[in-house]
Amino acid sequence: MRVSKRASGAIALGAAFALVASGCSSSDGDGGDAATSADGAITVDGTEPENPLVPSNTTETGGGKIIDWMWTGLVEYPNNGGAPQNALAESIDTTDSKVYKIKIKQNTKFHDGTVVKAKNFVDAWNWGAYSPNGAQNSSFFSDIEGFADVNTADPDGPEGPQKAPEPKAKEMSGLKVVDDWNFEVTLSAPTAVFPTKLGYSTFMPLPDAFFAGSAEEFGKKPIGNGPVKFVSWENNVAIKLTRFDDYQLRDKMKIKDVNIKIYQDDTAAYSDLVSGNLDFMQQVPVSALAGDKWKSDLGDRAVSSTTPSTGIIAFPIYDKRFQNPKLRRAISLSINRQEITDKIFFGNRKPADSWANPLTPGATPGNCTACQFNVDEAKKLLAEAGGFTGELVMYYNADASHKEWMEAVAQQIKTNLGINARAEGVPTFAVFRQNINAHKMKGAYRAGWQQDYPDVENWVNPLYVTGGSSNDGLYSNKQVDALAKEASSAPSLDASHAKFAEAVKLIDQDVPSMPIYFGGQQSGHSEKIKKMELSNVGELDITSVEL
Amino acid sequence: MGRYLLRRLLQLVPVFIGTTFLIYWLVWSVPGDPFAGKCGDRRCPDSYINFMTEKYQLDQSIWVQYATYMKNLFQGDFGITFNNRAVGDIIATAYPNTLKLAVVALAIEAIIGLSAGVLTGLRRNGFLDNLVLVSTLFLIALPVFVVGFVLQWLLGVKWGIVHPTVSNEMRLSELLLPGFVLGSASMAYVARVARTSIAENRRADYVRTAIAKGLPMRRVVGVHLLRNSLIPVVTLLGTDLGALMGGAIVTEGIFGINGIGRAVLRAIVTKESATVVSIVVVLVLVYLLMNLLVDLLYAALDPRIRYE
Repeated sequence: MRVSKRASGAIALGAAFALVASGCSSSDGDGGDAATSADGAITVDGTEPENPLVPSNTTETGGGKIIDWMWTGLVEYPNNGGAPQNALAESIDTTDSKVYKIKIKQNTKFHDGTVVKAKNFVDAWNWGAYSPNGAQNSSFFSDIEGFADVNTADPDGPEGPQKAPEPKAKEMSGLKVVDDWNFEVTLSAPTAVFPTKLGYSTFMPLPDAFFAGSAEEFGKKPIGNGPVKFVSWENNVAIKLTRFDDYQLRDKMKIKDVNIKIYQDDTAAYSDLVSGNLDFMQQVPVSALAGDKWKSDLGDRAVSSTTPSTGIIAFPIYDKRFQNPKLRRAISLSINRQEITDKIFFGNRKPADSWANPLTPGATPGNCTACQFNVDEAKKLLAEAGGFTGELVMYYNADASHKEWMEAVAQQIKTNLGINARAEGVPTFAVFRQNINAHKMKGAYRAGWQQDYPDVENWVNPLYVTGGSSNDGLYSNKQVDALAKEASSAPSLDASHAKFAEAVKLIDQDVPSMPIYFGGQQSGHSEKIKKMELSNVGELDITSVEL
Repeated sequence: MGRYLLRRLLQLVPVFIGTTFLIYWLVWSVPGDPFAGKCGDRRCPDSYINFMTEKYQLDQSIWVQYATYMKNLFQGDFGITFNNRAVGDIIATAYPNTLKLAVVALAIEAIIGLSAGVLTGLRRNGFLDNLVLVSTLFLIALPVFVVGFVLQWLLGVKWGIVHPTVSNEMRLSELLLPGFVLGSASMAYVARVARTSIAENRRADYVRTAIAKGLPMRRVVGVHLLRNSLIPVVTLLGTDLGALMGGAIVTEGIFGINGIGRAVLRAIVTKESATVVSIVVVLVLVYLLMNLLVDLLYAALDPRIRYE
């Protein structure tokens, strides 16, 4: 899950005014021929990366997209959201979904000229998993045998006085280098979805230079193996990338330079986009969405797309008041999702009607029966559940634009069910998350999920299985756990998807959370860009850009 | 004069220590674990939180943290941000940008504000006086972000006369618009203060004497009247440089300028104490020195003021 962290306080102020301003602008198109296009440069918007640029230590979009551009993994996800394809991997073979023999393409290079070998993967994964290194994404390696030996838990959590014990080993026993181009991965249990995960940035290879110095220093001048290489990073100003001429995988770059201009305020970026000073903006500001202003501003340069993400309101099931599934279902049925997406999001997001985002392989569209709008049924269920006493507070983080839709949802619940519901903002995302992590939420709360890799597994295991990494509401259903376990260890993806579908049917009866909307993205590009595509998560696919 | 200066400079020391500690304490008391929200809607691994907490000494008491920070500060080390960039580098790139913007704003408000003030102060209740009165009222009433967005949209996007945002090279021509926006409210105050001051001193004895002596009007106004009327304006302008630098957050955001306002906002939200304190410390120094400069200017402007 990556989350955008752009501060949006000033935007809210600006939004009120920007609604008034409307109009269109024109800028001259410059007809570039092939020769200039190949040496061309584009400027795209970005935010300051929150961490040193190390793949296994980045979970936010600002640094994430730079890592996605600078690295190519074993597999990659096609832009249309379909099943992953081999990229750096020549082949990934398994007979039992437990032992994977991975063969990589020979003689591809890192940006410093060294060759990408099997050990670059094994060493990188061992580094990411080793708990004293403190990588944000270390849990992604937990499928691999020997993970528990390199990643020890803190006995009393980060707040407690005790320290985590030193891990027994530095390397996971499940990783074995066979020769320069082959390595073998043994998982602790059969996992059919493992090859799909390998396209996520955590699994990228790291060059020998990374292990020679410190990760922090490497993160200032990262060396990847992707279509563009790192040039410079000026704090809060710009990050510059340029074409890597020795790149042999996938499509080559059709332009030369990519400059990421760092904006603190997306309305400034939008002004630059409209006036032709910025070539690509991934998400136009909320203020430009009202009345489809962005479409009239940008004309055919406006790009509307869907992203594999879902806006969710989750229940704290550790709170006694929310333990009755009938009550949860009643609340979910009383929400008119269509009205929310039409009125609040101006149709730029779609009402959620399934548990996994429908763009995901293995997802079943329309399988969320609790997502329908049915006031009569909701009232009946509420009565059966014995009503709801007290105030139903719905929490959201007030440092991003969630206020409007959360308040609308609370209002609908109040009107349709007569529950005393209201929305309340928590000042910052950090405090919000801290309360969620500590299981101290006193009401339903906003959550969001963007898939890490395209498979329905990513929409079930982390969210709804007991002990899942993002099962913050502590939902637990033994049957769901058993089915999900069976699904995860199924011999094939098809069998796995079929089992997950069964698990989702049970989840749909329990309603541990309420999917509200499917994410949409509204991007814009300059007239300079003649052709471009978006990746499966909505980032600019830089190799597709033509001027 | 020398002793006065020394005394004032020595006073800076306790003020400096007091403000740094206060700011450090304020940032420290902002609720929330700075690393809890770093992994999006997924819980961060404990190993990551432990690693970062230890690296930035956040498990220590505030006294230890502050002492370490001050010790490093005196060795010229401003600390590092959570994404491992040197705070010193951020200050070195962001400060000149904000300073440039503030100086442009100050120059604009001094030139326009003062000329408007002098002109209206001399001819009160005329058409020009009323025009300035109404337009300054307008500027004072409008919040900076409204002026900023309107002018950016009109001049930058709709008419395309200027670049809507400031490029990384920070050219002077690009800074005129944000400088005007930033200085607009103060400009209105400067005009009003100058007008009142001029109008008051216009009736002073020494002005009457100067006119009676047969001095040309240009000299009466330019030397005698203006110099004596400048004291309140200089106070306003001098303290305004600090205020402009600290208050540029909104303007910097609208025009995409990489200045300290942006950097400090980011740092407050992410609880990066070292960055907040380091930036504000320099800002405090600017305030203190500007105040000192203003006090010294009084003596230059008004011969009756002497410093022992």
